[in-house]
Amino acid sequence: MKEEIIIAGFGGQGVLSMGKILAYSGLMDDKEVTWMPSYGPEQRGGTANVTVILSDEKISSPVLDKYDIVIALNQQSLDKFAPKVKPGGILIYDTNGIHKVPERDDITIYPIDAMDATLEIGNSKAYNMVVMGALLEAMPYKLPMENVIKGLKKSLPERHHKLIPLNEQAIEKGRELLRK
Amino acid sequence: MKEEVRLMKGNEAIAHAAIRYGCDGYFGYPITPQSEVLETLEELMPWETTGMTVLQAESEVAAINMVYGGAATGKAVMTSSSSPGVSLKQEGISYIAASSLPALILNVMRGGPGLGTIQPSQADYFQAVKGGGHGDYHLIVLAPSTVQEMVDFVGLGFDLAFKYRNPAMILADGIVGQMMEKVVLPEQRPRRTDEEIRKQCPWAVNGRKGMRKRNVVTSLELESSKMEVINHELQARYREIEKNETRWEEIDVENADYLLVAFGSIARICDKARELAAEKGIRLGIVRPITLWPFPTEAIERAAQGKKGILCVELNAGQMIEDVRLAVHDNLPVEHFGRMGGIIPSPDEVVEAVEKKLMNK
Repeated sequence: MKEEIIIAGFGGQGVLSMGKILAYSGLMDDKEVTWMPSYGPEQRGGTANVTVILSDEKISSPVLDKYDIVIALNQQSLDKFAPKVKPGGILIYDTNGIHKVPERDDITIYPIDAMDATLEIGNSKAYNMVVMGALLEAMPYKLPMENVIKGLKKSLPERHHKLIPLNEQAIEKGRELLRK
Repeated sequence: MKEEVRLMKGNEAIAHAAIRYGCDGYFGYPITPQSEVLETLEELMPWETTGMTVLQAESEVAAINMVYGGAATGKAVMTSSSSPGVSLKQEGISYIAASSLPALILNVMRGGPGLGTIQPSQADYFQAVKGGGHGDYHLIVLAPSTVQEMVDFVGLGFDLAFKYRNPAMILADGIVGQMMEKVVLPEQRPRRTDEEIRKQCPWAVNGRKGMRKRNVVTSLELESSKMEVINHELQARYREIEKNETRWEEIDVENADYLLVAFGSIARICDKARELAAEKGIRLGIVRPITLWPFPTEAIERAAQGKKGILCVELNAGQMIEDVRLAVHDNLPVEHFGRMGGIIPSPDEVVEAVEKKLMNK
């Protein structure tokens, strides 16, 4: 098993922390993991992205230019990374603010309205966990939910542990988006 | 007890490793992409547990001179910075080397020259390996490629620095500083007591209490005949370090037609390139120098035997390639491939470079 994933969006959408939770969840499931962020001014207002690799085996390069799964949360990220999905791979994107949709027929594309789903939950901070839910549902590697919860616990500071049920709810919402 | 596996950034791992080693003092000044070293130390507040000093100095120059002072007393002290900041420290580093003092310096390289960019680079190879500061001296230079090695090289760096009374440098880059992966931290070691320091470092200036002859730590010797003796002593020590401490890693060298030579995180990109090339029927092997000084000259010479060519992959315009060419006496084609200014090459680009530069495709 090896999943090479990039999550890309605006700074502030929780891209890096979603990647961190994903990486921790993989760690809890006894996988090898790497988490490589874009860092610096990009994070502040511009585009932010993070590459997460989950694997049964030792991971070579933490930096890639082709991915099994791309998650794009704005137009810029979609334009940049949709061509970088491996043939047969998966592209998930949030339809919000997207005016140009990707044209590829050699990959599986899941457009999701994660923003809308987040508003239904009533806490905009849960946005990245809705996206995470969609990813967990789409990913061929089935990460057990109990290890995702453990990953959440590991990556959130204690004082935020009370938000774990909300995050769980958001993940479930995201899974539903993909089942539709 | 099973050690806890944790997920950590390379920079955070350095901070944890320093405390666990029993480091006495860290003196630094923030600069991207390594500010998490200082931030993590401030968060962990080791002054309340091990008694380690953590100080944000007024500048990089002040920080390295605090390290000079601390090292002179036999304490295990360190500093960290990134490329422009490390340039500022060079005078102090030369003084520390000339004074035969142990210290640990971390450089999380970013793109230069000048203030450059905050993205990853390996363009300080020459500076770290060939001198940097003035005079004939060498640092022991360790190049980590994983977050675990960031941890391990703190211990190794201090151990070697004390064994040879010579400053050691961890030459990392923005990738291994910023990325998170699994780490296992070593057991917490107690800081050495004053008594232990006296025993381990009879040269240290830590108060003689009438017990022994006066110790002097200086890099100044105006009498040329004596200064030459000091230089000879330093050179003899460097030969000793070359003999004992050269480290490297080889991957699939025996079955390869071509060699990639790369250090730090770029060696991992090369490893991915090796996998991709194998799918095309191109057999690549990798030699990853772990110590950049002393350089694994003989290992590369041996590995190159019977090969068709070598590609040096570096995040610079071609620096380590000079040492590789010296190692193989230009007996086979040695080419360079690199990106600069903070751009990271993809594994595909590395394979393409092999095809174009070594296979004339």
